[in-house]
Amino acid sequence: MKKVDEIIRMTDITKTYGEGEAETTVLRDIDLVVKKGEFLGITGRSGSGKSTLMHIIGLLDSPTSGNYVLNGTDTSKLKEDELAFRRNKEIGFVFQSFNLLPKLSALENVILPAIYAGINNKERTEKATMLLTMLGLENHIGKKPNQMSGGQQQRVAIARALMNDPELILADEPTGNLDTKSGDDVMKTLRHLNDEGKTVIIITHEHDIAIQAKKLIQLEDGMLMHERKKTVAT
Amino acid sequence: MNIEELFVLSTKAIFANKLRSFLTTLGITIGVFAIIVLVSIGSGLQTYITNEISSLGPNIIDVIPGNSLLTAFGPGTQNKLTISLAQGLSDKLTSTAQVAPLVEVLTTVKYKNIESKNVYAIGTTYVYPKAVVYGKTVIGTFFSKGQEQSGANVAVIGYTVYSKYFKNQNPIGQKIFIGNEKYTVVGVTEKSGVSLGVDHDNVVYMPLEAAHSQFGIDRLTEIVVNAKSQELVPIVKTQINTVLSKKLTKDEFSIQTGDTLVNTISNITNMLSLALGGIAAISLLVGGIGVANIMLVSVTERTKEIGLRKALGAKRNDILAQFLLEAVMLSVTGGIIGIILGMLASIGIAIILVSTVTWWSVILAFGFSAAVGIIFGMAPALRASKLNPIDALRYE
Ligand SMILES: Nc1ncnc2c1ncn2[C@@H]1O[C@H](COP(=O)(O)OP(=O)(O)OP(=O)(O)O)[C@@H](O)[C@H]1O
Ligand SMILES: [Mg+2]
Repeated sequence: MKKVDEIIRMTDITKTYGEGEAETTVLRDIDLVVKKGEFLGITGRSGSGKSTLMHIIGLLDSPTSGNYVLNGTDTSKLKEDELAFRRNKEIGFVFQSFNLLPKLSALENVILPAIYAGINNKERTEKATMLLTMLGLENHIGKKPNQMSGGQQQRVAIARALMNDPELILADEPTGNLDTKSGDDVMKTLRHLNDEGKTVIIITHEHDIAIQAKKLIQLEDGMLMHERKKTVAT
Repeated sequence: MNIEELFVLSTKAIFANKLRSFLTTLGITIGVFAIIVLVSIGSGLQTYITNEISSLGPNIIDVIPGNSLLTAFGPGTQNKLTISLAQGLSDKLTSTAQVAPLVEVLTTVKYKNIESKNVYAIGTTYVYPKAVVYGKTVIGTFFSKGQEQSGANVAVIGYTVYSKYFKNQNPIGQKIFIGNEKYTVVGVTEKSGVSLGVDHDNVVYMPLEAAHSQFGIDRLTEIVVNAKSQELVPIVKTQINTVLSKKLTKDEFSIQTGDTLVNTISNITNMLSLALGGIAAISLLVGGIGVANIMLVSVTERTKEIGLRKALGAKRNDILAQFLLEAVMLSVTGGIIGIILGMLASIGIAIILVSTVTWWSVILAFGFSAAVGIIFGMAPALRASKLNPIDALRYE
C-alpha cells in the first residue's frame, strides 16, 4: 500500500467504443488524482464523457487502456467477484437515471446492497429505515418508485448508495431531474456526507451546483479530453 | 446470499409476473401430463390383454382364418374356415382335445317387445363350455348334444341379457327372439364383466346349425381347441396342422397358442406404446420450447435488473442462483401438477378403459421438467450474468 491519502489515481485512461470505422474515442489520456475526503465536481457539455468516466471510477466499466488505482489497488488486477465486492462495500453510486427496481418498494430498493453484503434482515431493515428517514422519506417507505416524485426517487437512490457506508460516493447528475429546492436538499445531503469524511464526486452541468464543489474539473478544457472519430484505422 | 434469501427473492419474482409464471408452468404441466397418461394407457393395455389371454387357460389353441392375427380381421382376406372343416377337425381330435367352432354375429334380441340392439350372437356347439371358460352356466345348463342335434331352437343367454329381461324370475323355458326367430332359453352364463368398453355378458349362444341356417353364415370366426393336458398341446398343434393343411394353404389359417398370442399382441401394444410415447414426447418438447421462450423473454427483459444488481455488488453466482432457482421452481411446480393430474387422469381412465401408471414415466417426466427448467433457464441467465454491469444497465 502506498499513499493512503489518495483514494483514486488514474493514469492515461482511455476509453473507446466500437471497432474499425465505427471506433469512437470517448476518453483520452485522463490523469486524475482524488484525495480522501475531497468533494470533486466534474462538468462538461453533454456527451463529453462524464458518465463514462464516472462508470470507470465506480468499477462498472473498464477502461480500454491506462491504469486505475483505487485505494491502493490496481483495478486491472481484480477478478470479477472482487470488483463486485468493492462496488458493494466501497462505492456508493447514484445513477443519472435513478435505476430503482420498479417492482420493489423504496425500502426494498435501499436494502439491496446490504443483501449482497450478507447483512441480516433485522439490521439492514433498521439501517434502511434510518437512512430513508434521514432523507425525509419516512412516509414513503413502502411505496413503489412509480408512486413517488422524481425528487423522492432520487433520494431513495441516494439512500441506497449510503446503505453499506461506502468511503466513496459517486453521484451522476443527482440534481438533474429536480427543481431548485429539491436540488438544494440533495446537495446539502452530499455536503453533509463530505463533512463526515466521505469522498464525494459529483457530475453536473449546472453552474450553481458545480461551484458548490470544493474542487472542479472540466472535461474538454481542463483535462486532456477529446471526442473524435477516426476515419480508417491505419 | 443464503438459500432462504434466494427463495424469498425467486418467489417474489415468480409472483411479480403471475401470467408469465402461469404460462411457463402450464407448458410443463401439459407435457408431463401427456407423458404419464399416454404411457399409462399403453402399458395398461398391454397388461390387460396379456391377462385376458392367460385367463383363457394354458391349454388353449386358437385356430383363426388368415395367416396371422393381424390380417385375420383385415380387409380382403377371404375366410376359408368352414363349419365342415371344424367338424373334420373335431372328429380327428376326439381323444386329445375339445373342439369348439365359433361364428359371431351382431344382432338384435327381443323379449316381450323390449329390444336389445347390438347383442353378440355366438353360434357354437355343445362342446363350448368344455373348451372355453366363458361357457360356465349359473342357471340351467348349456345346450346339450341332443338338443343341438334335434335342431331345436335353444339358446343360452349372457348375464347382461338375463339381468335385463329376467331379474328375479326364472328364465328357463322362456321364449326370446334372436333376430327374427324364436328361441327357448335353457341356461344363463356366469358374469365375466366389462373390459375395454366391451360387455362380455351381452351375448347369446345358439347352436351352430341354427346360426348357420338363420344368418346364412358358414365361415367360422375361430375354432377354439382345448387340449386335454398341457403335454398334449404340441401334439394337438401338429394334428391340427396336418388336418387343415389337406384342405387349406399355409396362408389361409393360423394356429395360435397362449404364448404366440401373447407375443403377437405384445408386438401390437408395444407399437402402440411407442406411438403414444412419441406423441407425448412431442408435446413435452413443445412445452419445453414454450418454457425456453418465456425464460428467454423473462431474462432479457430483466437484463437491466441484472445490471443493477451487479452494480450494487451481486456476484455472478448470486445472479445465476437467482434465475436458476426461479426456473427450477417454475418447472418443478409444473411437473408436480402434471404428475398429479396425470395420475388422477390415469386412475379415471382405468375405470372405463385400462391404464396403469408406470413409475419410470413419472420419473422421466419429472426429470424432464426439471431439466427443461435448468437448461432453458440457465442459458439466458448465464449470458446475462456475464455482461459487464454498465452494458446490462444500458440494455433496453
Ligand atoms: N456503449 C456505447 N457505445 C458507443 N458510444 C457510447 C456508448 N456509451 C456512450 N457512448 C458515447 O460516449 C460519449 C460520452 O457519453 P457519456 O454518457 O459519458 O456523456 P456525458 O458526458 O455523461 O453526457 P450527458 O451530460 O448527456 O450525460 C457520447 O458521445 C456517447 O454517444
Ligand atoms: Mg451522463
